[in-house]
Amino acid sequence: MSLRTPLGRAKGLGSAKEGVGHWLAERASAAALLPLLIWFVIGLIANAGADYEAARAWIGHPVNAVLLVLLLVTMFQHAQLGMQVIYEDYIHNDGLKLVSIYLTKFVAYLLAAAGSFAVLKIAFGG
Amino acid sequence: MYTDKRPLSPHLQIYKPQWTWVPSILTRITGGAITVGSLLVVYWLVALACGPEAYATAQAFFGNVLVKIVLFGFTWALMFHTLGGIRHLVWDFGIGVDIRSAERTAKLTVVASVVLTVLVWIAAYAV
Repeated sequence: MSLRTPLGRAKGLGSAKEGVGHWLAERASAAALLPLLIWFVIGLIANAGADYEAARAWIGHPVNAVLLVLLLVTMFQHAQLGMQVIYEDYIHNDGLKLVSIYLTKFVAYLLAAAGSFAVLKIAFGG
Repeated sequence: MYTDKRPLSPHLQIYKPQWTWVPSILTRITGGAITVGSLLVVYWLVALACGPEAYATAQAFFGNVLVKIVLFGFTWALMFHTLGGIRHLVWDFGIGVDIRSAERTAKLTVVASVVLTVLVWIAAYAV
């Protein structure tokens, strides 16, 4: 039995069959972020107010650098997925919705790349 | 059949605030706020990578009282969104979706997020 309206079927509107993948990706990234966030907040507390050298030693430590890159990538992945749902729910102009979604994705990937590069630069002593 | 004349369901401004839905929409709002606030994290990392002068500028910026207040709010948003997210993750398994459980965990989320935020800041200054 189809739950779609005859008009909806005729116009080809409706599910693009990708909702489950998006839904799962948002929750998988959330689950991955939980331990990373706890680790990062503890690190921030321990290094609050650190001077230049101390901060670089903390961020540049191999274990911290790897976890931080993971945190940045996962966080911006999760953020752009979440923002997409917000836009889809509240922006009713299709063009503006599309522009907002993809602009946010571009900026999210840019920030993830910039943050990761900064961490690696510090880790490699540049 | 779709028509533009269909009535819309009442939204945030119309419903009476209730424990079942306010923390739910707050989870979404804090998520958006964290997305914007994450710019600050990247700025701090990039400044640290750029050298001592850029880092000194960043430290002066983060030392500003107004920025500290924003950072405190950012910490709360992070705690609330994380706890709210855990709550929604548990709901996804069909656990605790009845009204009484939802109200109880909603209040717990609000209280725990404030307590955690204060603890994080006390710890940061104490260490």
